[in-house]
Amino acid sequence: MRHEPIHAETDVLIVGSGGAGMYAAIVAARAGATVMLADRSLIGRGGATVMAQMTVAAALGSETPDRWSHHFDDTLAAGRGLCDERLARLLCEQGPECIREMDAWGVGWARKDGRIAQVFAPGHDRARCVYVDFLNTGPAVSKTLRGVITRAKGIRKAGDLLIIDLVCDAGEVTGAVALHLASGAAVTIAAKATILATGGLTRLYRRNSASANMGGDGYALALRAGAPLVDMEFVQFFPIGHLAPRLIGMDPIMWDPFRYKLGGRLLNSEGEEFTARYGVSEEGRYVTTRDVATYAIVKEVEAGRGSPHGGAFLSFEHCSAAELRTAFGPVIDRLAKNKIDLTKMPVEVAPIAHYHMGGVVADERMASGLPGLLVAGEAVGGANGANRLSGNAITEALAFGRRAGLSAAERAKETPARAFRPQAARPALDLATAEPAPTTVNTAAMIERLQTVMATDVGPLRTAAKLAHALEMIDEMTRELGERPMGDGGAFDLRRLEWFDLRNMLLVARAVAMAALARGESRGAHQREDFADMQPPWQVNQIVRLGEHGMILARAPAAVQAAAQ
Amino acid sequence: MSALAQLKVWRGADPRAGHWQAYDVPFEPGQSVLDGLRWIRANRDPSLAIRFSCINANACKECMVELDGKTVYACTARLEPREMSIAPLSNKPLVRDLVTEIAPPAERLLK
Repeated sequence: MRHEPIHAETDVLIVGSGGAGMYAAIVAARAGATVMLADRSLIGRGGATVMAQMTVAAALGSETPDRWSHHFDDTLAAGRGLCDERLARLLCEQGPECIREMDAWGVGWARKDGRIAQVFAPGHDRARCVYVDFLNTGPAVSKTLRGVITRAKGIRKAGDLLIIDLVCDAGEVTGAVALHLASGAAVTIAAKATILATGGLTRLYRRNSASANMGGDGYALALRAGAPLVDMEFVQFFPIGHLAPRLIGMDPIMWDPFRYKLGGRLLNSEGEEFTARYGVSEEGRYVTTRDVATYAIVKEVEAGRGSPHGGAFLSFEHCSAAELRTAFGPVIDRLAKNKIDLTKMPVEVAPIAHYHMGGVVADERMASGLPGLLVAGEAVGGANGANRLSGNAITEALAFGRRAGLSAAERAKETPARAFRPQAARPALDLATAEPAPTTVNTAAMIERLQTVMATDVGPLRTAAKLAHALEMIDEMTRELGERPMGDGGAFDLRRLEWFDLRNMLLVARAVAMAALARGESRGAHQREDFADMQPPWQVNQIVRLGEHGMILARAPAAVQAAAQ
Repeated sequence: MSALAQLKVWRGADPRAGHWQAYDVPFEPGQSVLDGLRWIRANRDPSLAIRFSCINANACKECMVELDGKTVYACTARLEPREMSIAPLSNKPLVRDLVTEIAPPAERLLK
């Protein structure tokens, strides 16, 4: 309303500039396509990639002989029978090449005697995870890709650009409508191919390990455009997220690398290592997969054996100051600034929303069911089934980003002209430029309300009653949010931004809660207290679509969803 | 054991015509200035514009502001039980309130 809409044209539009989006941009540009790399925040800084602390899994065979099929077997085992094998295979097969390409670009993987070092991580059958010291994997990967992008030709970077809807015309995605946050202007973008590289949905939860940008944007964009989602009930909780004492300047998943390198002991309030009670004996080693460890901690807290803030203790008190210094260098100083001395005290940890296994249905070319729409990275559903293996997230960002970039460039070449028609963009454009809604709610407070509902009722341990309650709350908030955005629509109007965020978050929260309520069993990251075990008939994926009258849930035999569309 | 910080926050969209707005912000020792600003948005005024992504990790480097005239990351500066004045970066173009244009020109939609 303040500005005339801005129009932009490109061969390939990429939504999100984390690892997947940036890798896709590089590959698409190299294949000759013009690329617009859009991010709601700064380019290459705000996604989940930059937050990665340590492990990136790939069968490099640098430490011990390995091949992609061993990594593939471990990925399928962790996924508890629900992985899309085509996608898992792509991740495992292409991973090593991406790692080597990143190495050539100067990412600086940690080395031992000149070879790339690989560590063991839970669920892998051998040392398979590369990393950058100290806790610097994510920042190094992001910085390296940003550097390659800066040197590349044909990539237009557009930060502060919030994509609010895809433009879908005659069953084909022809571009998008966006809000330019820095100016408040509405933007239309015509593209021959659009890649969703928007990451996951951890922002739906009160305690989470990713940035505020991960509110499930891509899932909502896909749903509204008509593309199906899969496995939405499987939210991965990282079991040992930092809980107390208050620690700033560090990501809460930082204890993961400590456990990789030093083991550490996970203890309850009675000082016992307790994971054996839940089927995995640790004895100071880091071997329990994330789903089991999360379950174990929540159950110990319920049994009255939790830490003061409601988690477990993690202790490195058996390590010497010298050992800690060798393993983590400057990180030890950052801990000291937060008054934490690991030789003298345990810290408190608890499960924290970390990653989403579900996502947009895609084939092995990263194409969604909708012509013109591709997906990459965490936004893709299916590769990791019911539970993701440690180290697979950055690998999938790279491998899927690379494949999506190639597919998008191919589509751009085959598509003679952009099919974008302004009429098809009209509804989203009207929303972007709407006069403010007459009633207002505090959008920041509503986001906190939703995060509390999701943490309480759609967290690691679920029941039918809790999930039904969550759906009621989601209905209520959806009504309160209304049909028209709040805020004046000027420069950096966070009320308007948050209105659009809530529009997405509530839709995605509904998909998660609905799929979780329907799945009457416990499998991987989806644990139902009212259905204790894995049920063989439930070895199926659930597909979510948005129909004319609301959300529709269907079942599909594991791993063949894309073919069945 | 909650303490109180008096945050004096610069508001406005024109660098020559802004004003200071004061908020009493309760906090637990150890909490960050960004925690305080987010508290204001959720509990007092959602129109306050701030820029951040990673919340706590100091990974995104987006939350730079001037605290008592000194440039800090809001996510690593800690709240204190006193008056703290928070202003946008004075060496960057102002967008609104505490948000400035910090992206390199090549990464902006409008150069």
